[in-house]
Amino acid sequence: MSLLNHPSTSISSSSSAFLGRDHRRLKTRPHNVLLPAKRSWICKCVATPPAEVTAYKTKVSRNANMAKLEAGYLFPEIARRRAAHMLKYPDAQVISLGIGDTTEPIPDVITSAMSKRSDALSTIEGYSGYGAEQGEKLLRATIASTYYANLGIEEGDIFVSDGAKSDISRLQVLFGSEVTMAVQDPSYPAYVDSSVIMGQTGQYQKDVGYGNIEYMKCTPENGFFPDLSTVPRTDVIFFCSPNNPTGSAATRDQLTQLVQFAKDNGSIIVYDSAYAMYMSDDNPKSIFQIPGAKEVAIETSSFSKYAGFTGVRLGWTVVPKELQFSDGFPVAKDFNRIVCTCFNGASNIAQAGGLACLSPEGIKAMHDVIGFYKENTEIIVKTFNSLGFNVYGGKNAPYVWVHFPGQSSWDVFAEILENTHVVTTPGSGFGPGGEGFVRVSAFGHRANVLEACRRFKELYK
Amino acid sequence: MLKVLSCSSTPLSYFLQPKACLELQRDGIQMHAVAGRYTKISARELEHVNKYPNAEVISLGIGDTTQPIPDLIASAMSDYARSLSTPEGYKGYGDEQGNKALRKAIAQTCYRDLAVKDTEVFVSDGSQCDISRVQMLLGSNVTIAVQDPSFPAYIDSSVIMGQAGDFQYNSGKYRNIEYMKCGPPNHFFPDLSNTLRTDIIFFCSPNNPTGHAASREQLEQLVEFAKQNGSIIVYDSAYAAYITDESPRSIYEIPGAREVAIEVSSFSKSAGFTGVRLGWTVVPEELLYSNGFPVGHDFNRIICTCFNGASNIAQAGGLACLSPEGVRAMFSVVDYYKENAQILLDTFASLGLKTHGGVNAPYVWVHFPGERSWDVFNEILGKTNIITVPGSGFGPGGEEFIRVTAFGNRETILEASTRLKSLFP
Repeated sequence: MSLLNHPSTSISSSSSAFLGRDHRRLKTRPHNVLLPAKRSWICKCVATPPAEVTAYKTKVSRNANMAKLEAGYLFPEIARRRAAHMLKYPDAQVISLGIGDTTEPIPDVITSAMSKRSDALSTIEGYSGYGAEQGEKLLRATIASTYYANLGIEEGDIFVSDGAKSDISRLQVLFGSEVTMAVQDPSYPAYVDSSVIMGQTGQYQKDVGYGNIEYMKCTPENGFFPDLSTVPRTDVIFFCSPNNPTGSAATRDQLTQLVQFAKDNGSIIVYDSAYAMYMSDDNPKSIFQIPGAKEVAIETSSFSKYAGFTGVRLGWTVVPKELQFSDGFPVAKDFNRIVCTCFNGASNIAQAGGLACLSPEGIKAMHDVIGFYKENTEIIVKTFNSLGFNVYGGKNAPYVWVHFPGQSSWDVFAEILENTHVVTTPGSGFGPGGEGFVRVSAFGHRANVLEACRRFKELYK
Repeated sequence: MLKVLSCSSTPLSYFLQPKACLELQRDGIQMHAVAGRYTKISARELEHVNKYPNAEVISLGIGDTTQPIPDLIASAMSDYARSLSTPEGYKGYGDEQGNKALRKAIAQTCYRDLAVKDTEVFVSDGSQCDISRVQMLLGSNVTIAVQDPSFPAYIDSSVIMGQAGDFQYNSGKYRNIEYMKCGPPNHFFPDLSNTLRTDIIFFCSPNNPTGHAASREQLEQLVEFAKQNGSIIVYDSAYAAYITDESPRSIYEIPGAREVAIEVSSFSKSAGFTGVRLGWTVVPEELLYSNGFPVGHDFNRIICTCFNGASNIAQAGGLACLSPEGVRAMFSVVDYYKENAQILLDTFASLGLKTHGGVNAPYVWVHFPGERSWDVFNEILGKTNIITVPGSGFGPGGEEFIRVTAFGNRETILEASTRLKSLFP
């Protein structure tokens, strides 16, 4: 029954043939062109050429911020390279020490809780629908008591999520497009990329980075802690410790400086503590161990690297009550609105797993797995040390940051891959400050880590 | 205190009964308090319970599923969870776009004969999240149209992204949003000849809250309208499983839709996954920006950067949902809720009230001409201890209406029905 009086025209099916049925995998940009550059090989993804003139185009402009992004996100690119390599050498035993993906099974105590919760969902008594967007009460309370005991952080300050990556973007949505941000250089790519997407940045400049972002260089020379006296004020400061990719952990002194810096500038620190449980040294595990931090910092964390939850998806963000916008409005209230509007809670099954993680048995089990990866890290550190390399990290994080002075990190990545069939991650993928370094992640089965190290020794002896 | 922030004022939602409206300098975000709505309803419920501690309050408000997840789906998740403890079964990061087998199953089962490819399917942790990711994709410079009334997340996410402009108290609308009224006079389909061009058109069918499922002819008009205007439709098909008649279950049943529409859907209301969290979004290859760039490429980048995939356990459940047995099991639960809806429809009709929806969706949309929906909400709560949702919470077009959900176990629905019959003795 037509409401309007015009003939319902039959709209012809799209002329999709013009787009070329090459069945591109949407996962990665189709073309990677290696452009020779002065100091480094830059892997640049050429944007898909506009479709033929006859293909229908909407009149909606592409979001200019998306167009600013240089290439695809780092880790799918690593995955693409790995896949291409495996095609090239189908018999090679490729070992992945690239993407920081956990490999060891999740401890029984945790999976059986998730299994139980799943089963309960098929019973009348056990079924639950929507959970609180902020997370299940008991889990929030247990996170608070486990990680933030005596730090004045309570259940209500904890927001359970489906992981740090999602939280980082939700925080960016919270901050909006007008804020300026600072990152460590090198840093986990999601901070910068989400900033670009939100429109906080300018254009990308080769070897420099995105306009409007303050890159705080973290190098061996400055002990991987930025010289704050030379850092201009920004609204938001992303800080990850223990650090991905350098593995460096900030000391109490350094974090005290950071908090003071934020306080002096009226900035907000977004503190990423996803690797805190890997800390060997006596460094703070939470930013809230620093007095005054509750007024300047948000902390985000994750079960991914503690419980092998990289696929299960569970994390949390702490927004203290004391943290206020310039007009006095609590940041937590707005974050709560973001969480209620742009999110609908982490999976209840994952949350059941999280609760089990934080039982005494669960914590012990997580420590066991973390200990295993730390042993891997030691093996890798020893290997590169023995080969005469300058090696950083590896003590407080499952990442080893190996210096290849004067070399392009993508070159080194390619050389290692080609000659040893081991996937690593080129440092420049983490920012200009990562050039000259390669990140080796310590997640892997012991045999693979040992084998990889054997191959490194072969290559670099 | 954060020093920065160039901001425009931030009025609270009209949802909250007019009192003091705080103008806050924050970060330019205009917060339409969806959280506020449910908070407000919860606050009213609490107030009511405190006043009448012995009252057994029945909630037919928030559209939350109540029936257990079918065994075979729950046990698939249970088995998968356990397998994560084994060397052979352990999985770490999945593809951000979703498990390949699940993407294939969605394409083949939900879009059979509609030429949707698995590579066009992006698995998510639910529609609410996807809508915000689509908004992030589109950016702050696009204009949007929504049905009026509509599921609040479209407007709220638009406000958050800075698309919506100022809130206007006199009209109850955001300045830059085009509200397409959907009511009985126009058979719950907007008069497109009187609708301004916007970049994006949010369209939900079967509709939350009205329950109306757009007909093929209506959707053909919508696609044509989008095509003429070069707009993108974001089509929310979360309730497609509830369709009883011949109404299209997917926008892609309409020729030409692949060039103009994104479709968002969910396992929430068909599999009871409201807490488990699983859904998907389809972005066809043919959907191009004005410069020819494929929308799907950018959406993929958003997914890889702002998301890390739906929980692998939920995805295992999704795969079980789409097995032949799983589909049968889901429809059996859907039918249960539809029977509830029929009971409610009959109840309201018996009171002489004009009801809508309830046939193709788990919502009954009841008309109280001349009355304010919050007043009706309060009256129903006061007289029957039943929580509903005032229609004005879904937009100005919802005034005079109440949404009643059909989720609930049968006894509760029957009890509610008995109480409602006493509304007008």
